[in-house]
Amino acid sequence: MLYALLCYHQEDIVCAWSKEEDAAVMAKLAAVQERLVTAGKLGPVARLLPTTAATTLRKDQDPPLVLDGPFAETKEQLLGFYILDCKDLDEALDIARELGRANPGGSYEIRPVGLFQDGGARG
Amino acid sequence: MEETRWIGATLAAARPPALAALLRYFRDLDLAEEAFQEACLRALRTWPQSGPPRDAAGWLIFVGRNVALDAVRRRAKQTGLPPEEALSDREDAEAAMAERMDTSHYRDDVLRLLFICCHPELPATQQIALALRIVSGLSVRQIARAFLVSEAAMEQRITRAKARIAGADVPFEAPGAVERAQRLGAVAAMIYLVFNEGYSAAGDTSAAREPLCEEAIRLVRLLLRLFPAEPEIMGLAALMLLQHARAAARFDAGGAVILLDRQDRTLWNRPMIVEGLALLDKAIRHRRPGPYQVQAAIAALHARAERPEETDWAEIDLLYGTLEIMQPSPVVTLNRAVAVSKLRGPEAALAMVEPLGAALAGYFHFHGLRGALLMQLGQTREARESFMTAIGLATTAAEAAHIRMHLDALQ
Repeated sequence: MLYALLCYHQEDIVCAWSKEEDAAVMAKLAAVQERLVTAGKLGPVARLLPTTAATTLRKDQDPPLVLDGPFAETKEQLLGFYILDCKDLDEALDIARELGRANPGGSYEIRPVGLFQDGGARG
Repeated sequence: MEETRWIGATLAAARPPALAALLRYFRDLDLAEEAFQEACLRALRTWPQSGPPRDAAGWLIFVGRNVALDAVRRRAKQTGLPPEEALSDREDAEAAMAERMDTSHYRDDVLRLLFICCHPELPATQQIALALRIVSGLSVRQIARAFLVSEAAMEQRITRAKARIAGADVPFEAPGAVERAQRLGAVAAMIYLVFNEGYSAAGDTSAAREPLCEEAIRLVRLLLRLFPAEPEIMGLAALMLLQHARAAARFDAGGAVILLDRQDRTLWNRPMIVEGLALLDKAIRHRRPGPYQVQAAIAALHARAERPEETDWAEIDLLYGTLEIMQPSPVVTLNRAVAVSKLRGPEAALAMVEPLGAALAGYFHFHGLRGALLMQLGQTREARESFMTAIGLATTAAEAAHIRMHLDALQ
């Protein structure tokens, strides 16, 4: 079963990290991710740029409206995601806890994936 | 340890909105700062047990306001002044506060907090120091280190700047659209000053001053979150990100300047470039060009070129032409001449540079570029004269060393 692990955190806090703090968190996460790769449990991983770089297309009207900024003004923002291959929710939660120890603060939303296509684009 | 780091980051992030709201409430910067400080101390005591609140800024505003009101009351009791009715009843005050804490106020609050640092009577260096102290919350020692002055001197500079703005009239009503746009423009210029203070540092001091660039980027992101649809703010953010992305490649190990076409482009910070390009892309969609967007577009053309030969100098020439119309200045023309030299050769560039002599007689880069163009044209004697003048005007050892390198090549 594939799960998406959606990472929410206050981006003004994450942006307030120093370069060293940011690098330390990324290094700790990389260690966890390496174990997940070895176990064949890790799919695509993305860290998103700040929501200030976001654009929103409101398609509930015709023609759709292009707006600057994220879809919703929230206290915590979607800052990235993981795709995990787990046998059940408990395992997904265990991995989430492990990632959470490497990067405390904020929340992970664990969402089962209904359809997954690795489109192949590599950026 | 882990916990204090987390709380520190939370307090730093909450500082601008919390302090800005307390300033609106008390209408006194010192009192607002004291209240915020006290609220932070309480946060450090209680958050480790209770965990950080969901709305850290709201918590700090609420606690800060109560603490400060208690202090005012205590003082009032000691001196027997003023009557109790003069201070609003606590319940009422709390209700009013809850209303005031509405995040829709944050935008103008934070803008006001930034705006008071750009008072036109304050010299640029004081504006920068004040913004770093008040808005960013850097310690006087950190700011002094970045400015390469003693802590005492910086303390004095900040105190003087604060005294100056204390007498200034800052309107506390929500600004109208025109006034808001004016404030936004002034604040953007101030943030760019903070950035340039760090960016223009020489190699030997660049490490100490790099935090200024990072702080400026943090401030512009803050501004952009509050005003997400302002193309010039996107342009400014893009400009600073694209310039700062080159930080690791701009100086050699000895602190000497490495010019753009000699930089190791693999050292450029890719995520920063991607973010800068994304912001510029968003800005251009608005079709409301401005000087920051044009400068960012020039920086983007450099960032997009994987090798210096791939630089689109024709487009850069056009963009500088646009900038000359928007913001006529001999320095812009001087920069355009660099693009012209790549496109049409040193002679055409020199013809553009010579008329600037009177306006830029005291400008290091004018004599440096003029010397380089003359050198390319084989006019060794004139080139040497220009380089000698440039050395006399160099403000940093790195600048002088760079020119000396040219002089050595002329021998």
